[in-house]
Amino acid sequence: MTATAAELETIVAEKVVDARGAACPGPLLEAKKGMPGVAVGSVIEIWSTDPGTKSDISAWSGKVGHDFMGVIEAEGYDRVFVTRRK
Amino acid sequence: MSDTLNLVLFSGTADKLHAAATLAAGAAALDRPVNILLQYWALDAFRLDQLEQTRGLAWDAMADGASRPVHGTKAIQWLETFRMAKELGTITVYACSGSLDVLGIDIAELDPIVDNAGGIATFLLAAEDGQLVFI
Repeated sequence: MTATAAELETIVAEKVVDARGAACPGPLLEAKKGMPGVAVGSVIEIWSTDPGTKSDISAWSGKVGHDFMGVIEAEGYDRVFVTRRK
Repeated sequence: MSDTLNLVLFSGTADKLHAAATLAAGAAALDRPVNILLQYWALDAFRLDQLEQTRGLAWDAMADGASRPVHGTKAIQWLETFRMAKELGTITVYACSGSLDVLGIDIAELDPIVDNAGGIATFLLAAEDGQLVFI
């Protein structure tokens, strides 16, 4: 279940992965790498300038069993929110 | 069908190696086991004394009006992408024993990302009945 932008704005992520400037598949790999650094149930936020990241992270989350929460468009980059579930 | 992704890399141009590394990395992120068989010029690209070499682009880059890599060919990070993929997933890299023989390369001359020398049957058995891509 994805959250609204207003709901996402209120979330303070446990960890921010800044993958801005990295091309696909960089941001996805950074997200996968960053996930073990937070506890199950915590939120991780990925920053990316790659236009494919939001759909990639959504698909990846569905496949491996994390909760994709949604995306906020910031100034020139996307903020992608995922809850670790396993 | 097995969920392994199996890449046979033949070409040693930076663009094709990078495209292959991207596929491997994506599959690794999705927890799919990846098997890579290095043949000919892809194998040659992993020679320790070749790693710093600027590798060219595929013939397609020669077409009139073809786009150019924005940051130059040297900035195409194919090896880094392979390394990151291997760090995050289950990736086995085989040096084709036939190509080692034809090119006169010893496996000790290759980057440690290469796991071992393997014949075609070893690779195909590892691939099970998963998808196979030739690049």
